[in-house]
Amino acid sequence: MKITVTVNAVDYARVVEPRLLLIHFLRDELGLTGSHWGCDTSNCGACVVWLDETPVKSCTVLAVMADGRRVTTVEGLASGTRLDPVQEAFAACHGLQCGFCTPGMMMTARWLLDNNPDPTEADVREAISGQVCRCTGYENIVRSVLRAAAGDGGGPA
Amino acid sequence: MQVPAQVEYEKATSIEAALALLARYAPGARILAGGHSLIPMMKLRLVQPEVLIDINAIKPLRYIERAGGELHIGALARHADLLASELACQHFAILQDAERVIADPVVRNWGTIGGSLCQADPSEDLSAAFAALKGSMIIRGPDGSREVPARAFHTGPYETVVGPAEMLTEIRLPIRPGAGSAYVKVARRAGDWPIGAAAAAVWLAGDRIADVGIGLTAVGAEHFVAAEAEESLRGQLAGEEAFARAGQIAAAHCRPASDQRGPVSYKRHLVGELTVRVLRAAVRRARGLAP
Repeated sequence: MKITVTVNAVDYARVVEPRLLLIHFLRDELGLTGSHWGCDTSNCGACVVWLDETPVKSCTVLAVMADGRRVTTVEGLASGTRLDPVQEAFAACHGLQCGFCTPGMMMTARWLLDNNPDPTEADVREAISGQVCRCTGYENIVRSVLRAAAGDGGGPA
Repeated sequence: MQVPAQVEYEKATSIEAALALLARYAPGARILAGGHSLIPMMKLRLVQPEVLIDINAIKPLRYIERAGGELHIGALARHADLLASELACQHFAILQDAERVIADPVVRNWGTIGGSLCQADPSEDLSAAFAALKGSMIIRGPDGSREVPARAFHTGPYETVVGPAEMLTEIRLPIRPGAGSAYVKVARRAGDWPIGAAAAAVWLAGDRIADVGIGLTAVGAEHFVAAEAEESLRGQLAGEEAFARAGQIAAAHCRPASDQRGPVSYKRHLVGELTVRVLRAAVRRARGLAP
């Protein structure tokens, strides 16, 4: 089946099998390997991307369901060479250890801050409650999101 | 690596188109809404449809609105829509209680109300809430539409009355005076299925319980209802004595199974305690108090 998907503001037309998962479409068909393929069971959130305006777990969405829609991945967070404040804050606060969960965490964090610019720590923990950091680095992830919200930029934490 | 088996795909842009596709492909077709239950089931080969009928483009199926004395929820409303709906929360605090603990925020963005009901998981949260609220479901098929009480919608685990050429289109909840409602779930961790959960809706007449609905999930209650406990409360003074008796009856009549989430004795204990808590909270809300 032929689908057209706008990924990070670029239109892609591809012929895909209906059973192809969105995460594999992004990684294998488009070469956008920033989004990680983790648990495959919609538990871990490493594969979170935006479908139109909202984050989804792309291991549980078929690529054909994205036909005619916009997808935003971690590659689309930065503006040119300027990192998103969420990315800067993750760097400043050491919000990643192995980095596997980071793309999904950052996509959800950006969505949270777009909808709730001044979240409490509880709001942040709730927002990422469906995402797993196997390094268990949650403290620094939460700190990163709060720093991004405070607009303190990428300097030393 | 988990991938679904080969499947055909059709996109429906209207209810009529979806029904026509169902008529053509049933019983080998499945409706694809959020897909957050169906796609994992397909990966595991627990279900292997020949054709998926994607209804996500049917915008008129996604709404939450008041119509006369009822709240109407379109089958394609997302969990996040229900959680954010001031209208729904204003009349049914139970829905916000439940939605807060259904999966996680990202799953709630895409998972749908109708999909959750049709998946008919015996541990599903809203099935108990809608049973407590004595709602109904609108099902459309080739011969028109029919209304089925929430308490008759499920015929067993993963089974509903929706026929192979039919689709669920709407959930209706009656808005009645003197009402209060609440939902409490105990789970092992954030986003997990319940070990046990209870739902209550009460309708007060003065100090007495004029009508009551008690829903239970994950504990083997038939149609997600604690019917005997409800019976014990009707006409009684809305107070701790009646709540405690209802909790005991609900615990005795449910039929939980021992599994990795806990033994039967623990689940019965949970049912008794949670039934008391939701009744207490529902009555407080009916009286305009904080739960």
